[in-house]
Amino acid sequence: MSIIRSQAASQQSPERETRQYVSRRRIALKSLRRYWQLYLIMLPALLYFIIFKYIPMVNAVLAFKDYNMVLGIWASPWVGFRYFTMFFNNPVFWTLIQNTLGLSLYSLLVGFPIPILLAVFLNEIKDGLFKRSVQMVTYAPYFISTVIMVSMIMLTLAPRLGVANIALSGIGQKQINFLGIPEFFPSIYVWSGVWQFSGFSAIIYLAALAGVDPQLYEAAKVDGASRIQRIINVDLPGIMPVAVILLILNVGNMLGVGFEKVYLMQNPLNLGTSEVIATYVYKVGLLNSNFSFATAVGLFNSVINMTLLVIVNFFAKRVSETSLW
Amino acid sequence: MVIEKPQKNTTHIRESLGDRVFLTFVYVILMVVLVLVLYPMVYVFSASFSSPLAVTSGKVWLLPVDFTLHGYQVMLGDPQIIQGYANSIYYTFFGTIISVLMTVTVAYPLSRPKLYGRSFLMFLITFTMIFSGGLIPTYLVVKDLGMLNTRWALILPGAVAAFFVIIARTFFQLNIPEELAEAAELDGCSDLNFLLKVVIPLSGPIIAVLALMYAVGQWNAYFDALIYLKSLSLQPLQMVLRSILILNLSSSGSVDAATLIKRRELADLLKYVVVVVGSLPVLIIYPFVQRYFVKGMLIGSIKG
Repeated sequence: MSIIRSQAASQQSPERETRQYVSRRRIALKSLRRYWQLYLIMLPALLYFIIFKYIPMVNAVLAFKDYNMVLGIWASPWVGFRYFTMFFNNPVFWTLIQNTLGLSLYSLLVGFPIPILLAVFLNEIKDGLFKRSVQMVTYAPYFISTVIMVSMIMLTLAPRLGVANIALSGIGQKQINFLGIPEFFPSIYVWSGVWQFSGFSAIIYLAALAGVDPQLYEAAKVDGASRIQRIINVDLPGIMPVAVILLILNVGNMLGVGFEKVYLMQNPLNLGTSEVIATYVYKVGLLNSNFSFATAVGLFNSVINMTLLVIVNFFAKRVSETSLW
Repeated sequence: MVIEKPQKNTTHIRESLGDRVFLTFVYVILMVVLVLVLYPMVYVFSASFSSPLAVTSGKVWLLPVDFTLHGYQVMLGDPQIIQGYANSIYYTFFGTIISVLMTVTVAYPLSRPKLYGRSFLMFLITFTMIFSGGLIPTYLVVKDLGMLNTRWALILPGAVAAFFVIIARTFFQLNIPEELAEAAELDGCSDLNFLLKVVIPLSGPIIAVLALMYAVGQWNAYFDALIYLKSLSLQPLQMVLRSILILNLSSSGSVDAATLIKRRELADLLKYVVVVVGSLPVLIIYPFVQRYFVKGMLIGSIKG
């Protein structure tokens, strides 16, 4: 807004521009004098964001330089897009993209509707002990740490002693090394995520459902709508805005498959499907100390994510009038 | 939810057959969900109290078989675990205090409508949710600050989450009317005094939510420790758990096959014990704080 205003002003007369500038500075100074205590207490957190978020963004120029530990980031020589081309021409590039996008899409396809269904179903039943138990139990796994979660998966699916294999041999089937088979990795990753997070994700939809005007249900009932029809015509439109926002956020994080869980679930046998951009950056960058290359890969990832977010937000705005900004 | 319930019950039109079938279906599905989510947790819990042989031969399926506390005795005597626990308590305690302090002190000023530059600052903070410099550039900052392999590396680099700043700011906007601040100002109360004596006492719920979210996040995290810490003596519990559970780094030597199998069985039992011991603190407080988490999610969902 202010940019537009000052542009308009500069077209009119330079005199007015200065006056506007002076008055804005005066407002700023006045606010500073009036609220100096508030500005002061904001400093630690603002410094935090500058040091740990914005300086790294500036440091990301490393992607265009040949990092030399002795010279430091700024004195290191420029190499342009060399590391990006190196990454795009690397045979691992398409595997990484495929694995990362594949895991994201699979997670989204399964992980997005299930919490909605869970919330809608919970909303159908009476308040009471059963409802509260289901809620309490399904929220709980959210608080299990990634390390514990992955070890629970490993214990369950362990080759000889895991429950899954004990059960398999119990019914006379051959045992399977689940985590050693690349084709199984995406499903294990996604469905364990569903197990862990669906309950907690449902909370947000339950809140949206609680905000639906009860008169709508009454009217639907009087009109003879069945429960399923009420879900489709009252519940789903009611949670649409929230669902759209969450969908945008999910798509905006398409290439941001979390490092923590994937890394722990990896083993030499399943790397073909389990290597994603985040784990690759860690290995190339920190384990092999190839800083510039890893920064280029990370930057590529961030830029794609941001672009996706902007695009999806644009479409959401046009289609459903709900958007992030 | 409480208000709408009586209204729902007033029109008690008899449910059609289709509706009753559907409702039964819903109950069955939720029952299945309940069992599917609960069972793995119960199984791990029971296995940790059972004899290794009973677990590996598949005799344990719901309740402990051949009840034993052996695993727990071994575990609680393990100095690595004790050290990990102590470190995690340290990181969680100080990390949470710093995080909550910084979040509140930035979110409250940003909730004041007349503060100059607040939308710019808000944009600055929100933008960090959309774009990041990446792993290596952040690592280099931590390195340049000399924080590698120090306790600070686990506390500062992730101290403030932009998302929680937004949640807290929304809470202050909705719960602390600007008129109140203006009235206090007329009475000669400074902004700092107002924050300490009025805002914070009125903000119990949001401070509880922030503290719990940050605490659980800190307790469960391992990534920062993985990249910033080298010393074994600084490792948080999750890293210790990782080396025991996932990397299988329990001591072994050249022994005969029978001992090896026996040891393998004990190691597997220990894993169940470690899983229980590792998630115990969070699971113990969970029933008491559950509603705060729910509340936190609700505050956040009003306007993200």
